[in-house]
Amino acid sequence: MNNTGWDEFEIGAMLRTFKGEAGDIAGTLQEDRNYTQNSSFTASVADWRLEKPVFNKDYCIDCQFCWVYCPDISIISRDKKMIGIDMDHCKGCGVCVEVCPTNPKSLLMFSEQAEEEAVLAQWPAKDEKEK
Amino acid sequence: MAFDKMELRETEVWDGNHAAAQALRQAQVDVVSAYPITPSTPIVEGYAKFKSDNYVEGEFVMVESEHAAMSGCIGAAAAGGRVATATSSQGLALMAETLYQASGMRLPIVLNIVNRALAAPLNVNGDHSDMYMVRDSGWIQFDAFSPQEAYDLNLIAFKVSEDHDVRTPAIVNQDGFMTSHTAQGVTTLTDDAAFGFVGEYKPMNDMLDFEHPVTHGVQTEEDWHFEHKARQHNDMMTIVPGKIEEVFADFEKLSGRKYNQVECYDMDDADVAVVCMGTSVETAREVATEMRAKGIKAGVVGLRVIRPFPFAEIANALKDVKAVAALDRSAPGGAAGMLFNEIAGSLYNTDSKMLLTGYIYGLGGRDLTKKHLVDLYNELQANADAGKVLTQQQQFIGVRGPKLAYL
Repeated sequence: MNNTGWDEFEIGAMLRTFKGEAGDIAGTLQEDRNYTQNSSFTASVADWRLEKPVFNKDYCIDCQFCWVYCPDISIISRDKKMIGIDMDHCKGCGVCVEVCPTNPKSLLMFSEQAEEEAVLAQWPAKDEKEK
Repeated sequence: MAFDKMELRETEVWDGNHAAAQALRQAQVDVVSAYPITPSTPIVEGYAKFKSDNYVEGEFVMVESEHAAMSGCIGAAAAGGRVATATSSQGLALMAETLYQASGMRLPIVLNIVNRALAAPLNVNGDHSDMYMVRDSGWIQFDAFSPQEAYDLNLIAFKVSEDHDVRTPAIVNQDGFMTSHTAQGVTTLTDDAAFGFVGEYKPMNDMLDFEHPVTHGVQTEEDWHFEHKARQHNDMMTIVPGKIEEVFADFEKLSGRKYNQVECYDMDDADVAVVCMGTSVETAREVATEMRAKGIKAGVVGLRVIRPFPFAEIANALKDVKAVAALDRSAPGGAAGMLFNEIAGSLYNTDSKMLLTGYIYGLGGRDLTKKHLVDLYNELQANADAGKVLTQQQQFIGVRGPKLAYL
């Protein structure tokens, strides 16, 4: 939000979610909705994160567990296919990694500075069960 | 669901609490969220009875505390309803946190405070400690001196508070027991006339407008908080007084009863004047008339609007007066009384040579007698004659033990 003066905003510290009318929000994808700058969707909280999840699509079975469990609605899924992570809203809690059922996991936590290509190249191998 | 109208006589015998409850009924309040406390209980009890008897359509929400009562009012007001409640003293103290939420969120809520002392020691009788406690909470504050005024000012409070340029909650004060439980003749408005005056509630930024979703109760830090508080103060200082005057004028057209931010009695040529609130105003008026018969040009200023404080109107009323007494019915806790401070602030840096003294009186329901006021006017006249304050600036009236005087 711009650093406007005391006379330049609506009263009551009230914030609008949409520019104009909400319209058919149930039938409109988030990225296509007319969110205002004040909406949580528009605001980035990426700097709250210390560790980030990295998604490896090679092992994903599209079970949607991560999508269900993510407390910040930051798993992006389209037509029941996991396509990535909303890194503006992910706070790095790691719940998605915990619930991922694949072997090896399709989501793992790395430091915020880690290079995605590098960690994907060194992804852990399948964990063999001891007989 | 349809509700019944009530046939009122032109003059009803009502106490202040019943008068306020009738005003809430006539304003067709949508939600009353309330918790009982002496001496305000009959207001919300009265509203609840009107609801049980099918005289109102609104919701009555019984909650577990005054904090919850005002929280319920805030939720209902944010949702987009006409909202009111009532409390006193300790209840108001528990409600205090949420008062700041309501004003900061710019929600029009009408709160009846039936003024009562604050413990300790525990006391159910009338003084203005509770009124003073929330004077900086960002609410508009009216003061009724009688049941008639409690009725009228409730209707006025809705109309001022809900105006889209104002959108600031309003308190209507009345003295515990002296007004709230003393029945007097009240000239009524018909249900249609009263509702016609207040008007249909016009929602603004309401949460039930699903086409325009809004977030209420947001957090701001050092980056934004100051601007919001500045906006609140600006609107209180610049918009609210004009709107109050406008609504007072509309009400006079309807009822013939004229209200002013500052109620002047025999002030045109007064040499000495008492400034006070609540039922003390009527006593002071009676004594002022008697003092005039004795040759003392006495006047009375009753403060009708406490917040926003009517600085210009007070300065205008007192500018030619020689000696003025500010009567504060609240323990000042190590300072001058609120009225003393605000009056001094109104006249400071003006040409007025007013001699101002402050008096603390009536705590915990202690009577302010005519004898007290006769002595007070004589003391003011002595100050006026001497051209200087002959006593200390702060004194106590009607307290037992050695005389108390400070400053």
